[in-house]
Amino acid sequence: MSNDSFYSREEAQAICQRVLSFSTADHARVNLSSAMDGNTRFAVNQMSTSGDINNATLTVSSAFGQQVASATTNRFDDESLRRVVETSERLARLVPEDPEYLGELGPTTYPNSNSFFQSTAELEPEERARSIANVTEQAEENDLISTGFLVHRAGADAVATSNGLFAYTTDSRVNFTTTVRTQDGTGSGWAGTSVNDWRELDTGALGSVAVEKAMRSREPREVEPGRWTVILEPTAVGNMVNLMMNSLSARAADEGRSFFSQPGGGNRLGQQFLDERVTIHSDPEDSRIFSTPFNGEGLPNQREVWVENGTLRNLVYDRFWADRQDRDTTGFPSGWYMSGGDATMEEMIRSTQRGLLVTRFWYIRGVDPRTILFTGLSRDGTFLIENGQISHPVKNMRWNETPIFMLNNIEMMGRPVRISSGESSGLTSAVVVPPLKVRDFSFTSISDAI
Amino acid sequence: MRRRDFVRTGATAAAGAGLLSHAGALHGILRPSTLGRGVDEDLRALAMTALDAARSAGADYADVRINTNRNQRVSTRERQITGLGDNQTSGFGLRVLVEGTWGFAASGVVTSPEVVRVARMAVAQARANRAAQRRPVELAPTPVFRDVTWRSPIRVDPFEIPIEEKVDLLFRANEAALGVAGVRFVNSSMFFLQEDKFFANTDGTVTDQTIFRTYPSLGATAVSSDGSDFQSRTSRDVAPMGLGYEHVIDSDLVGNATRWAEEAVQKLSATSVEPGRYDLVLLPSHLWLTIHESIAHPTELDRIRGFEANYAGTSFINSLEDYLGKFRYGPDFMQIQGERQTPGALSTVGWDDEGVQPQEYFIVKDGILNDLQTTREQAPWLADWYRSQGREVRSHGNSYAQSWSDVQFQRMPNVNLLPYADRDVSVDELVDGIDRGILIDGDGSFSIDQQRFNSQYGGQVFWEIRNGRIAGMLKDVAYQIRTPEFWNAMDLCGGESTYFLGGAFGDAKGQPAQSNAITHGCPATRHRDITIINTGRSA
Repeated sequence: MSNDSFYSREEAQAICQRVLSFSTADHARVNLSSAMDGNTRFAVNQMSTSGDINNATLTVSSAFGQQVASATTNRFDDESLRRVVETSERLARLVPEDPEYLGELGPTTYPNSNSFFQSTAELEPEERARSIANVTEQAEENDLISTGFLVHRAGADAVATSNGLFAYTTDSRVNFTTTVRTQDGTGSGWAGTSVNDWRELDTGALGSVAVEKAMRSREPREVEPGRWTVILEPTAVGNMVNLMMNSLSARAADEGRSFFSQPGGGNRLGQQFLDERVTIHSDPEDSRIFSTPFNGEGLPNQREVWVENGTLRNLVYDRFWADRQDRDTTGFPSGWYMSGGDATMEEMIRSTQRGLLVTRFWYIRGVDPRTILFTGLSRDGTFLIENGQISHPVKNMRWNETPIFMLNNIEMMGRPVRISSGESSGLTSAVVVPPLKVRDFSFTSISDAI
Repeated sequence: MRRRDFVRTGATAAAGAGLLSHAGALHGILRPSTLGRGVDEDLRALAMTALDAARSAGADYADVRINTNRNQRVSTRERQITGLGDNQTSGFGLRVLVEGTWGFAASGVVTSPEVVRVARMAVAQARANRAAQRRPVELAPTPVFRDVTWRSPIRVDPFEIPIEEKVDLLFRANEAALGVAGVRFVNSSMFFLQEDKFFANTDGTVTDQTIFRTYPSLGATAVSSDGSDFQSRTSRDVAPMGLGYEHVIDSDLVGNATRWAEEAVQKLSATSVEPGRYDLVLLPSHLWLTIHESIAHPTELDRIRGFEANYAGTSFINSLEDYLGKFRYGPDFMQIQGERQTPGALSTVGWDDEGVQPQEYFIVKDGILNDLQTTREQAPWLADWYRSQGREVRSHGNSYAQSWSDVQFQRMPNVNLLPYADRDVSVDELVDGIDRGILIDGDGSFSIDQQRFNSQYGGQVFWEIRNGRIAGMLKDVAYQIRTPEFWNAMDLCGGESTYFLGGAFGDAKGQPAQSNAITHGCPATRHRDITIINTGRSA
């Protein structure tokens, strides 16, 4: 792979070898990342800021025996490369031994993640501006105010060790989100998604969704907080399930400080803890959920099934904890796929006597790690469903809820789709989730925020 | 951007490796942390090359920031090291205005040919953006500062302290915490930053500043003997500061570790709170975060005008005419100050990231909304208000970018609640006036809606107040508020002796999200009749 805006495999290998040639440590590892990032923001129906940023960073980790330290630079002349090696070695000689350091990995094989697309690497500011106009023009036609963010990145990551490992991968990502508000400030709609291939993104279609939601969400009325049947659009489901996926540390579970801890010791592996329709996996080779094929140590991220038919099949094991517990190492589920069902959104709505339709959640923060309890709010399109129909928009509400309860209270599941999963609309790994109809979702107060 | 282009233009490519060339690079080595230096002449020459290139390419205005950041993090758990890293990045970011439209480009290659190339790229990008521009950007005038320098008021350079000393201090603190029965886990760390920030613009301002930040922290986790519960306490009464290693010494992790650990253990057997309405006493180690979320963010002018609607959100302050000079934020004694000059506060700086000398101003004066946070682009949006008040239309100096690779935009100054002016009200006096209440120490969980109305806060430690006295520890506590009611429910605040600078790293705003370091000074406060929920659930 060779490209003009980041290091090719050969270039990356040459840089890593050069760095390792300066090393005098017992073990050394080089992490090299290079990319071209571009972005354009728009607000109040016009471009606000934009940026094109070229950067590369290199981190050297050096170990003498069990003494380990690292140093990072973004300068690649020989003097700087020598200095970053020297810094990491000087620090390593000064720190106490890390009894959990297992040395560096040797050569191994990796899954193929074909997540690089030239279309994304070649995206220029003019085309970004045009794709944004597809939204702002619709907003203006409808006397609405559009705001949004388009960001893309094309780059390469490499890991090399003094034991002969060299891993290299290229990746491209795009994320687009837009929030459309009414002039009177009583309505707000949102839409967004992520892709690896720029050609798959249709900003105009997303803009239409946000425009329609803004208009339909005008002048919301209050409903009472409490336990509600909710129909969660895929983005809202992803917002919640992400919280559970980030809590899968085997070590925290075994140490007794996680939801996945077994009272009295050990963890909940093998136990059914969710509705049996829930299966979640990650796989760098799965084109629906591209993610990086190796971690920072150069450990392969293989296909993993985390939850199968509601049963906990695996937790995240790093090298040390896998070694200690005599388990295989796992990757981290940065990208993941949750199985769904056949229900359409229309069917979910039609089947609901009284419930809420939620577009997405916002400002989700941890409250109690014992139950993975989080709090957050609905945002940008929340509607009351009565007698199988959307009756009117409602004010947003704060919830205190856990994905564990949510995934035990599933009534219907729809077809999984890819979402923009990060709160700041950044370039996260691919997350694919279904819409869900869920009972007894716990809302605790009303918000006046539109 | 085409990397090969600057390999070609940047003179010698390293043999056979296709390395980025830094031949002739002028930056990337941190300056010694000594006082009394002048502006870096090499950087000035490079900056002038960049500004000339931008002007030649058609920019009406340009500014350039050339930065080198170094940070160091030491982290431990129990009796072992978990990480030691020393990271450095250098580069420049160049912002241009072409016929009222912004362009921004940045590169990690700090050479003369590269600044010229990036300047042209920023201008070309601004031209591409012009098609989507309806109202040209106008910058408020600001005084020109030529060749000025500023440095954080540190006493001890943290990068000069040996690693062994840092690790030894953390291990001793961990040991103190582990000495408390019931504590199973301890994590501790130190983080240090030095940022050399050179700025120049086409108005003629040239500033050269060195900023330090230091953050020591510790967290202890206790696990119940039957494994059914675990509780943590982190050192949230020690804030990150714009100081040197003296802040680590003054924070006394070793001396405080036992107390934090004991409180973690005590939380295991604390009473789970009965939900309902309570009077609250909020210590400043907790309150700074509530100020941050419910006052500092909603008074950002870009949010109010809808520029952050797609991420951070807008504001409940939805009309300048209806709110400025009219909206009662809180009681008459409530004064909210914006400033960037308190020694050791994290927003404190000599000049902001567009060369403006920050002003001290009152966001809330005598309980009424009085002013908003601005940059040069935003100050003209308040021209009518300022003229009606006989005030000058100028930026408050609240522009900031997290690094050379990010475009600067409006970020909050130190936003402070000033202590009670008439007398030095103590925490005891605040508690004394309460029949049924809760005192909260340290910030914890927090979440707020996108217009800053509804928010929910936890804490580190909760003490029940009964009949004017502390009765015992509570757990599973969070309070839910609506901003205007909450601040108007404040019936008294502490005096000067309760004043404390709280803060944090990692305040996110903007897209791409940029992280800001924030300080909020405040006294303890008392609020009447606030909704408390119980956050404990059984799985």
